[in-house]
Amino acid sequence: MKILVPIKRVIDYNVKVRVKPDNSNVDLANVKMAINPFCEIAVEEAVRLKEAGVATEVIAVSVGNKSCQEQLRTALALGADRAIQIETDENLDSLNIAKLLQKIVEEEQPQLVILGKQAIDSDNNQTGQMLAALTGMPQGTFASEVKIDGDKVNVTREIDGGLQTLALNMPAIVTTDLRLNEPRYASLPNIMKAKRKPLDVKNAADFGIDLSPRTKLLKVTPPAERQAGIVVETIDELVEKLKNEAKVIS
Amino acid sequence: MSILVFAEHDNSTLKAETLKTVAAAQAIGGDITLLVAGYNCQSVVDAAAKVNGVSKVLAADNVAYEHQLAENVSLLVTELAADYEHIIATALTTGKNFMPRVAALLDVTQISDIIAVESSDTFVRPIYAGNAIATVQSLDSKKVITVRSTGFDAVATDGNAEVVAIDTVTDAGNSSHVSDELTKSERPDLGAASIVISGGRGMQNGDNFKLLDGIADKLGAAIGASRAAVDAGFVPNDMQVGQTGKIVAPDLYIAVGISGAIQHLAGMKDSKIIVAINKDPEAPIFQVADYGIVADLFDALPELESKL
Repeated sequence: MKILVPIKRVIDYNVKVRVKPDNSNVDLANVKMAINPFCEIAVEEAVRLKEAGVATEVIAVSVGNKSCQEQLRTALALGADRAIQIETDENLDSLNIAKLLQKIVEEEQPQLVILGKQAIDSDNNQTGQMLAALTGMPQGTFASEVKIDGDKVNVTREIDGGLQTLALNMPAIVTTDLRLNEPRYASLPNIMKAKRKPLDVKNAADFGIDLSPRTKLLKVTPPAERQAGIVVETIDELVEKLKNEAKVIS
Repeated sequence: MSILVFAEHDNSTLKAETLKTVAAAQAIGGDITLLVAGYNCQSVVDAAAKVNGVSKVLAADNVAYEHQLAENVSLLVTELAADYEHIIATALTTGKNFMPRVAALLDVTQISDIIAVESSDTFVRPIYAGNAIATVQSLDSKKVITVRSTGFDAVATDGNAEVVAIDTVTDAGNSSHVSDELTKSERPDLGAASIVISGGRGMQNGDNFKLLDGIADKLGAAIGASRAAVDAGFVPNDMQVGQTGKIVAPDLYIAVGISGAIQHLAGMKDSKIIVAINKDPEAPIFQVADYGIVADLFDALPELESKL
């Protein structure tokens, strides 16, 4: 069985972003970039399914400019077999990304597509669900456990009240939550090997999809600053402040 | 303009967050219809009919919607969407799960997790774990939106809407529910509590979370946790507050043994008053805390409990 893993290049999760002075967007110039943490978990899950003998091939795909090849190489070093870059300089809306991925799904016919549940830059949490809708596949979002059971996949999902397990007919879409697994580190020999693994480049414009924007970013501002408050010395003082100054307890 | 709002519920109770999502719909302006999709959910339909500002409740009561599977619910909402310009759900796990599917079926993109409404097509939403606030205009004909409920105040429940039963059943037939494993708790729901006390890695183990129980009982608070505490197995994941867990904005948030990483702050920094109890005076949590106390939590918690 083939597994397709779409990944995204995003700002490193430890970086504190800065909004540009003209409020047009956040400033990504000279900022450390990395594979989105949820996507890394998706790659790890696919590679584990291959190591368990369930999957035969793992294909990583990313939509973006040439620089996202760096993250595709990371996915290859982690154990993906080959990679596809869909070249575009535009910052596409999720729906357009999902439409491009739909074409790759049609070409490659994977039994399972594993994506991260959200990208830590746009925080949309929608591409996997959209791809599921476009391909007509069932979806197991926010997965903390994935078990293949014949022609079905059982997905345990993190929901508001606890956990929920669903059985999905394959082919199916899974999006990863943080607790699905602990991604491995790429070893130096694997990083070297990854350089020789195939990486296809396709042009987004060649797919014949209308990629015109669905949204317009009007402005980006920094969030309201919270002022640091005071440090109290004793619990008595804390309780007194909460009762009489903040009036949040009685 | 007409607006369809999806009601969040568990087949017996209408979730309080829905009242805030209706407030967001009112900010957009228009005739508001509430959709209750579930099974044996008459009590939810009754509660929905009382939500202020709602003119009509659509009741789709069928076994196909019992677990609100995304495949089935998205088809239903897409079918109903023809009559509405805005389709809105709360950004809880159910809404986050099926709404992007609705958007794609309608060939529009989704505006996720809005915290404010500028106009009927322009919305404000946090990005980069809340470290930037984006104002976004939708260029699509229909607007599919999820609402971060902490951004809006709940509407009252003294309304009287007309109830219309929906007979159409949409069953995609490619997914099924196997089991639920829900965390039982007598405490208020984390997302709706007015006081939250959370523990982090500093709690050292799951047993020590009992130190928070007495304080939570006295304050009527919900108990939360940082990702570090969840990953270490101290507490179940549905207690996690942060970018990848729940977003809360209570009147009082007490962070105990939590350093205050960016991802945790994303989930609680809109709280009215933040209290930090931490033995490390350099912990970033003190930069956002209204009141901080530098102390060992094992001394501070019993004392705090006794003084409340």
